[in-house]
Amino acid sequence: MQTVSETDIPAFMRGTRLQHDRVRDQWFVQAPEKAFLADPIAAAILQRVNGESTLGNIIDALSEAYAAPRDIIAGDVVRMVQDLAERQVLTWK
Amino acid sequence: MISPPMSLLAELTHRCPLRCPYCSNPLSLEQKSSELSTEDWCRVLDEAAELGVLQVHFSGGEPMARPDLPALVRHAVSKGLYTNLITSGVLLNEQNLAELSAAGLDHVQLSFQDATPDGAELIGGLKDAQNRKLAAAQIIVADGIPLTLNFVIHRLNVMRIPQMFDLAEQLGARRVEIAHTQYYGWGLKNRGALLPSKEQLQQSERDVAAARERFGSRLAIDFVTPDYYADEPKPCMGGWGERFLNITPSGRVLPCHAAESIPNISFPNVREDSLKNIWENSEIFQLFRGTSWMPEPCRSCDRRDVDKGGCRCQALALTGRADVADPVCHRSSHRHLIDEAIAEAASHDETFIYRQMSGLPS
Repeated sequence: MQTVSETDIPAFMRGTRLQHDRVRDQWFVQAPEKAFLADPIAAAILQRVNGESTLGNIIDALSEAYAAPRDIIAGDVVRMVQDLAERQVLTWK
Repeated sequence: MISPPMSLLAELTHRCPLRCPYCSNPLSLEQKSSELSTEDWCRVLDEAAELGVLQVHFSGGEPMARPDLPALVRHAVSKGLYTNLITSGVLLNEQNLAELSAAGLDHVQLSFQDATPDGAELIGGLKDAQNRKLAAAQIIVADGIPLTLNFVIHRLNVMRIPQMFDLAEQLGARRVEIAHTQYYGWGLKNRGALLPSKEQLQQSERDVAAARERFGSRLAIDFVTPDYYADEPKPCMGGWGERFLNITPSGRVLPCHAAESIPNISFPNVREDSLKNIWENSEIFQLFRGTSWMPEPCRSCDRRDVDKGGCRCQALALTGRADVADPVCHRSSHRHLIDEAIAEAASHDETFIYRQMSGLPS
């Protein structure tokens, strides 16, 4: 797995996106041939993936929004973003 | 409480330049004159998004035979639907792909009949199809739309699965589907020529495992096996009327693409009723929804919520009744029909009949 730094910028790969489903009031990741449910933590992170914010920006924003310790948030964010990059949902700009 | 559908298969037309002998369209194909209009489809897409559908799969026949495809994609995108094009690629060129891309198309699934031109021409029945498909793949990848290659597997191409993965890598596909033929409709008519042996199935499993090892997460691989060699049936469509709906070119709404074979029932049509009312209240969608319709051995089986009694259309096609256990199941009193089919295919030659508009030759 690729090592990442907080200056790296995650982005959705073409053909994948986060989408709020009004009917079910849930967040889904839309991807080729499947849509999978994004849990509240994943949705909070992915809503801040815009192809411009660095990982560090995203971690800052989340630790402020949830008033949570930055190092704990950082661990969650890096783990999830790396996992989704492996699964071809996200890529690095 | 009936949960809303996730996925809509929109069969825009049954017309297709290819004649594959395992086509998933019904034996009785619908004519161009009966196809829904652009306005009908736009209204259906509105209703689908409203109902909770997340992904729409534009299919056929060959959906690119419809000149309004870019308009339909654009309309679906405007409603927040994820748009997937399921195509043979033989009508695709730089210009129409650019139109689809500009309309917001999210993904393309491109079918290949084989890894070799000869194999592909034999199955598709169209001269020079492979070159046109290779060109289509290059155009799609150059645009950047994510590409899935779909290979339908049977006795005449099962030995070339490693070459299929090579082709996917060369072309820059993001996903590959290695999908064994499902034996309904045209596939069932040609089962004797198409059904692989157990040894061939096992080899295909080893080939797919080797490719997963080789590509890791670079290439997503979907593998669909023929259930004839399984002891337990597969859950039909993730549950009848639970996740999926299919609309035929003339507007009939079905719980799966083979459901029109079910006798003595009327099929609702989007020209006459709303998608929501059809999904929630029509007789055909209620028929096998849940588990209360089940006979024994399904009713008391601890797998009834796992496999949903298996495939209704397979039960019907092989036993003459849609409301019995899928004969693939080792608990079914009809399992011998599957074993007999396997034995029959082992001694059958490899001649088949092509799909055709006029129905079966007499």
